[in-house]
Amino acid sequence: MSTSPDINICDAAIYRDGGILRGLLDRIASVATRPWRIMEVCGGQTFTLSRYRIEELLPPGIEMVHGPGCPVCVTPAHIIDEAVEIAMRPDVILCSFGDMLRVPGSKSSLLRAKAAGADVRILYSPLDSLKIAADNPDRQVVFFAIGFETTTPSYALLAQKTVQAGIANLSLLTSLFTVPAAVEAIKNDSECAVDALLAAGHVCAITGTGQYESLARRFNMPVIITGFEPADMLLGILNAVEMLEAGTSGVRNAYARVVADAGNVTAIRRVAEVFEHCPNEWRGIGTICNGGMKLRKEYEHLDAHARFNLKTDAVRHTIEHEGCIAGKIMKGLAKPCDCKLFACRCTPASPEGAPMVSAEGVCAAYYRYRL
Amino acid sequence: MNTTCTVPDRLTDKVELAHGGGGSMTAALIKNVFAPRFGNRLLDRGLDSSVLPEPDCRLAFSTDTFVVNPLFFPGGNIGDLAINGTVNDILCSGATPRYLSVGFVIEEGLDMKVLEEIADTMARAAKEAEVEIVTGDTKVVERGKADGVYINTSGIGYLPPDLNLDPNNLRAGDKIIITGSIARHGMAVMSKREGIGFSSPIVSDTASLGDIVHALLDVCPQSLRVLRDPTRGGVASTLNEFSIAAGVNITIDENSIPILPEVRSACELLGLDPLHVANEGIMIAGVAAEDADAALAAIRRSVHGADAAIIGEVTMADSHGAGVWLTLPAGNRRRVEMLSGEQLPRIC
Repeated sequence: MSTSPDINICDAAIYRDGGILRGLLDRIASVATRPWRIMEVCGGQTFTLSRYRIEELLPPGIEMVHGPGCPVCVTPAHIIDEAVEIAMRPDVILCSFGDMLRVPGSKSSLLRAKAAGADVRILYSPLDSLKIAADNPDRQVVFFAIGFETTTPSYALLAQKTVQAGIANLSLLTSLFTVPAAVEAIKNDSECAVDALLAAGHVCAITGTGQYESLARRFNMPVIITGFEPADMLLGILNAVEMLEAGTSGVRNAYARVVADAGNVTAIRRVAEVFEHCPNEWRGIGTICNGGMKLRKEYEHLDAHARFNLKTDAVRHTIEHEGCIAGKIMKGLAKPCDCKLFACRCTPASPEGAPMVSAEGVCAAYYRYRL
Repeated sequence: MNTTCTVPDRLTDKVELAHGGGGSMTAALIKNVFAPRFGNRLLDRGLDSSVLPEPDCRLAFSTDTFVVNPLFFPGGNIGDLAINGTVNDILCSGATPRYLSVGFVIEEGLDMKVLEEIADTMARAAKEAEVEIVTGDTKVVERGKADGVYINTSGIGYLPPDLNLDPNNLRAGDKIIITGSIARHGMAVMSKREGIGFSSPIVSDTASLGDIVHALLDVCPQSLRVLRDPTRGGVASTLNEFSIAAGVNITIDENSIPILPEVRSACELLGLDPLHVANEGIMIAGVAAEDADAALAAIRRSVHGADAAIIGEVTMADSHGAGVWLTLPAGNRRRVEMLSGEQLPRIC
C-alpha cells in the first residue's frame, strides 16, 4: 500500500514498527516453554494491549492479567460526592482534569453539577489554578487533586507556590494513590496467581526503581519496568518470560530511555515536603494500608476537606451495581467479558463500575477495542 | 437581501436586536457588511428570492448549519466552514457548486468587526470555490440565546450526465483513497478551545475541494465509485457508512493513513482516536483498483491533495458481517467502530 512517508513519521514510529514488533514476538515465542501469568499494572499499558490487540499475538500460554488501572477509576465515589458538594457552592470555582468530570459519584458527577450551574473548570496544569485564584480574590478556588505518583509532584509544587505567594483562597481536594502498595495488596490476595509484574514506567520515572526492588524480593518474582508503546510492552513481556523461564527474580528496567534508577530526585523531595503516606480507599479494591498520600501538617490549611467542613458519611455510598465485578477485575481475578453487565448495562457512556469510567480503565479499553 | 433603500451609512460597534428587525438597522447591516462583500448581479437586485437561469442538467442540492465554538481557530473561522462545508457536500455528488444561500443567527452584542471579518472570509472562500451567494437572511437573538453567530448555508450545483456517486457502487477490490492528512480540523478547534499551547500549532484543514474532485472526474469518471468528506465522526464514521451501505468490508492499513506528527501527539495527549476526529478539507474516494494509481497521482497534483494516499481496499463481507477493519503494525487487525458516546462539543 502507498504511504506518504514525509509526513507519516513521528518519534514514536519505531516503537510501533511492524518488523520490530514481529521480531519481539518471535523472541517471546522462542523463549516461552510454559504458561505464565503476567500482570501489567497501569491502565495506559492495558490500553496499549487492547489498542494493538497484542494478547492475541502472544504464545498461547502467556496470559496478561490486567492490574488496578488508572487513578480516575480508583477514586472512590464519596470523594466525587465531596467534589460535587464543594462545586455546587456559589462562592467556589472547582478546577479539575477533564477526565474526572464524567466519573459518577453516588448521586451525581461534576459534569452534571456543571450543567446545573456549578463553576467547574477543566485545566491541563494544576499551576493554572494559581492565576484563577489571583483573578478571583472573592471566591474560593479548589483543585481536585487526583492521581498516582506521576501527578502528585505537580500538586506538591502547587501547594508550595500557594504558600509562597500567600494565596488564601486556593485549596486542594486530594485523593492520591501509591501504586506499589496496591500491587502488594493485590499480590497478597490469596486468590491472585500472578507470576510477574510489568511496573508502570512513568510512575518509576518519578519514584525510581527502589520500591520495586523490595517488592520483587518479598514476593520472589520478576518485576519489569515497562513503557507504553507496543514495542515497550513486548520488551517488558520478553524480559518477564526470560526471567520466569530462568527461575530468577528481581527488577529489570525495560524502559531505560525514560526511567533512571534514582527517579526524579527533585520531584521526590517536593512530594516528601508536602505529602505523607496514609491509608486510602481504592474504588473497587477497598482500603489499602499506605495506599495513599495526604497533606502534611504544615500544609493542612490547604485541605479543602477541612476548609469546607465536609462530613464524610459513616456509611460510604458506592455506585457499583450489585452484579458488577469491578473489584475482581481490578485485582486481576476476572476479565471484563466475565461480567454479565459488560457492554449491555455498563458502557463508557453509562458506567456501572470503576474500570468502565475512564478511557484507560480495563473495561473501557475492552469495550473500545475488543468488542 | 435588500441593498437599495436609503439607510444609515454608519454601523454601531456591536450587533443589536434591531439589526435583525427588518427595518432600517437591518438595511444598514446589509448595505454596509454583506452587500459590499457578497454582491453579484443576482444578489444586487435585492428581490425576496433570486431567480436563477434555467439549467440544462440535473441539480445537486445540499444544506448545512455551522455552530462552531470558538468562532475563530488556527487556519480559519466559522465563515470558512460555512462556505467550504456546503461546497464540499455538493462536490461529493460530483456536481459543480454554483449558488449558495446564507442565513445568519447572530447573538446580540457580537462585535461588528467580528461579523465583518467573518463576512470577509466567506466572500473570499466563495470566490475561491467559484460560487455566488444569491440570497440570504439575518436574525438577531437576545444575548445569551446563541453563541456569537450561527450560520446556515444551502447550495445548488450542476451535475454532469451519467454520474452517480454512491457508496452502493463499492465492489470488492476497489481502493480507498484519502486526499490529505487526517484529524487536523478537530484538533485545531480542540486545542484552541481548551487553551492548549502546542509548540507547533495545529492548523485546520478547512478548504473547498473543487480542484481534487475535478481532477478525479477528468482522470477516472467511470471508475470513481463514491466521494464523501469525513467531517463530524471522522474517517471511521464515513468508512462505516460506506461499509453498511454497500454490505462490504473495508480494510485500512494504520501505517498508510497520513497524519501529521503534531496531530497524532495531540490526539494521544487528549485520549482521542484520530479516526474519530473531524476533518473539513479532505475527502475519501472509492475508486476501481485499475484506476487507483492514476486517481492518486491526479489528486496529488491538486493544490489540496499533496498528502493523498491509498489507505485500504474493499473486500467481501465475511462471517463477522460488513464492517471496517484496521490492519495493525504487527499484521493483526481490529474493528474500527463509528464514533460512539459523546461527540466533541461543536467542532463545525
